[in-house]
Amino acid sequence: MTHTAARTAGLAGVAITGLVLAGCAGGTPGGDGEFSGTTLEVSATWSGAEQENFEAVLDVFEEQTGATVNYTSFGDNGATTLNTQVEGGNPPDVAVVGQPALMQQLAADGALAPLSGDAADAVAENYAQTWVDLGTVDGTLYGVWFKAANKSTVWYNADIYDEAGATEPEDWDGFLEQLQLVSDSGYAGISIGADVGWPLTDWFENVYLRTAGGDMYDQLTNHEIPWTDPSVTEALEVLATLWGTPLVQPGAAQRTFPETIPAVFGANPEAGTVYEGDFVAGNIADDGNSVVGENALFYDFPAINGSEPSVVGGGDVAIAFNDEDATMALMAFLASPESAEVWVPNGGLTSPNQNVDTSLYPDDTARQIAEALVGAETFRFDMSDLTPSAFGGTPGQGFWQVMIEFLQDPADVAGAQQKLEDAAVSAYGG
Amino acid sequence: MSETALASQGGRADNPASPASPPTPRTASQRSQWRRVAIALGFLAPALVFLGAFVVYPIVYTLIRSLFDRSGAGFVGFDNYARMFTNDSTFTAIRNNVIWVIVAPAVCTILGLIFAVLADKVRWATAFKLIVFMPMAISMLAAGVIFRSLFQENPELGAVNAAIVAVENAFTGGAANYEGANARPDTGLVEQGGSIASEAPVSLGDTQDFALVGIRSANLPDDVEQAVEADAPGSDGIAGTVFLDVVSGGGGENGVIETGKSGLPGMTVHAVDASGNVAGSAQTDAAGRYLIDALPDGEYVVALPATNFVAGGQGVSWLSSAFITSVVILSYVWIWAGFAMIMIASGLSAIDRSLQEAARTDGASEWKVFTKITAPLLAPVLVVVLVTLIINVLKIFDLVYVIPPGASKPAANVIAVEMWTVSFGGGNDQGLGSALAILLLVLVLPAMIINVRRLRQEKQS
Repeated sequence: MTHTAARTAGLAGVAITGLVLAGCAGGTPGGDGEFSGTTLEVSATWSGAEQENFEAVLDVFEEQTGATVNYTSFGDNGATTLNTQVEGGNPPDVAVVGQPALMQQLAADGALAPLSGDAADAVAENYAQTWVDLGTVDGTLYGVWFKAANKSTVWYNADIYDEAGATEPEDWDGFLEQLQLVSDSGYAGISIGADVGWPLTDWFENVYLRTAGGDMYDQLTNHEIPWTDPSVTEALEVLATLWGTPLVQPGAAQRTFPETIPAVFGANPEAGTVYEGDFVAGNIADDGNSVVGENALFYDFPAINGSEPSVVGGGDVAIAFNDEDATMALMAFLASPESAEVWVPNGGLTSPNQNVDTSLYPDDTARQIAEALVGAETFRFDMSDLTPSAFGGTPGQGFWQVMIEFLQDPADVAGAQQKLEDAAVSAYGG
Repeated sequence: MSETALASQGGRADNPASPASPPTPRTASQRSQWRRVAIALGFLAPALVFLGAFVVYPIVYTLIRSLFDRSGAGFVGFDNYARMFTNDSTFTAIRNNVIWVIVAPAVCTILGLIFAVLADKVRWATAFKLIVFMPMAISMLAAGVIFRSLFQENPELGAVNAAIVAVENAFTGGAANYEGANARPDTGLVEQGGSIASEAPVSLGDTQDFALVGIRSANLPDDVEQAVEADAPGSDGIAGTVFLDVVSGGGGENGVIETGKSGLPGMTVHAVDASGNVAGSAQTDAAGRYLIDALPDGEYVVALPATNFVAGGQGVSWLSSAFITSVVILSYVWIWAGFAMIMIASGLSAIDRSLQEAARTDGASEWKVFTKITAPLLAPVLVVVLVTLIINVLKIFDLVYVIPPGASKPAANVIAVEMWTVSFGGGNDQGLGSALAILLLVLVLPAMIINVRRLRQEKQS
């Protein structure tokens, strides 16, 4: 096989089929690949098992191209580390960051290289439009979403649902009906842990994304529309049809979120349902009384008024700091289904890449989470993570606290809106 | 405190020397003066540098920072102070701090005094003191965690409510069989005051069924049977079936007695006449059937009285907004009463016992001895304890940060917690935080001044 042939096949493989490339790369062990001698620096937040899995992904790239890839974990200090490195003129070639705001800031500072050539093609081919948009800053594509989290999952105890004759609902009204069935059979319909406000903000975000849509969601996130907007009224009124009713297990305001897991999946369950993101699977496994995939199952957060499949969540986006060929080849590789498929079977990765073979997920639950994510027509980041922390991230204040107060008094929609607006004005104003 | 004390000591060291120095030629006198100042400075320098870097500079910087906005770039004058006093959460914090200062030190000191005086009289004084003092060995954070779990609302988690519920249930007989049951909506039933009754009056000879929900089939009595439609009663009676209107596994038609629905045995059923008196009553059998007969002519409301459904003791919501500050203060008293006791006990051991003996010999009662002799002699110690605790209480943070659950955090707020939340806990507004810190400093100052002044008096006497 000539060098040119290998190169052509390699590029085609990276961008399109992966499988072809894997076949070819098998014959050319590292050392005489396209980028042999090139060293790439990659950093991300992952450490431990996640680091091992990501390094396995990078190993495949090394084998295919001959490049050497060094991985460094920056832990939880992504923003500080990367900004310092950029200022010092020594950024990594590629970083994977968890905050879209950080990507936007780095792009605005001119520290990032726009995706070009194969990398851009790979993104266009493998990702739904909502993910392409999320990786775009001011009309320029910078990011490849490698990992995602789904916070639109409603977890239920299948034993209780079976006893009550409840089924997975299609929409919000059906959701309330199923909770009523559970409640009739003597269990609380749903357990809410509102000791701290963040689970409640996730409730609101899911409802708002469904009642108001993605554009309004973005505007509210940036405080371009006030919290007194009628769209917020509508979302809070939808929440009020559940919150404050007997369907919710009493004592929500003093229950921590972790305490809701045994309340639904423990040895003596009191409630049938709990809402939170895909990480609940881990909490259920830790509790040890129910088995995820057997009697601990989930369904997608119900649609409201016929809303399209929508997911609120989080994710990690790969960004490039230069447009060298090797860097762009790595970005193209990360955008290909092939890279994710290295990690997916080991568990712990949900890929937003729509061409990843979902049969590779280690279990049905992981597959279902991924399918919901890939099938979402609208994906939005957790709003409270995108707002100033004084508003969206402070216990006892702002978004968190107002939602706790609203849970306790769901009749006062206007009051809650005014308090949210006041908190937002003071948090965004400074 | 130490700063002022040091300055006063320095002053005193200089004073006796300077007037005593004899009149010498001007230059020589100046030189020796300089040398004295240099030596004094040399000795003071380490302390001054230390105090300057760790006390004066932070205070001055905080003062300056409090005049700037959240970014630290824009000068805003006294805006932060205005915001501080017009903000609801700060207002609650200040109010709570006032409650704290009034209640906590006084209660600690009084308890400490009682413990110290009593311990003075018992045999196992040392063991007793050790036990009362023990909470001091626990960190505030750990104490907070302990109290939070102690006062949990759920009686299965909180020891205090578990005790209350146990006592309550001992008197009331505990939860009824059908705790938490509800009437199935739209089946001709109404819920009122805990009981479930027929919507319309029932004529003699008719039947009235009760379709209930909200009971776990696992919790039904062992002798439960399939619900059966009751036979038609005679012309002086009312009959019917009380059943669980849920088919395990789903299905079935609401409000209809059918296969898979259980009767609810042992349910008390009342026939209530027009004037509200119970004219007859019955218990349901294993299939849920009841028959109330021998009723006088008329129409009756058939009701399942609330005694069927009482939930048993629920305990008190200790960590709710209403009680939260009391619970946090209680945890503080638990820790610091021991400190007050030890301080007062040491004061007690130092006072002159002969005065007490003399009073007793003169026939004074123990109460008189305590109020007229012991307490006045202890007064200086009591003031020290009180003032120390006031300063300590003003800056209370850990307990208030740990104990309250989210919903009652605003109700429990104090200045130190507010300051932390505003500047570091997500608020990111260190301008406002600095203003709060200055407020805290101003509030602590009077107590400091009292303490310093008293120390000085003690030294002079």
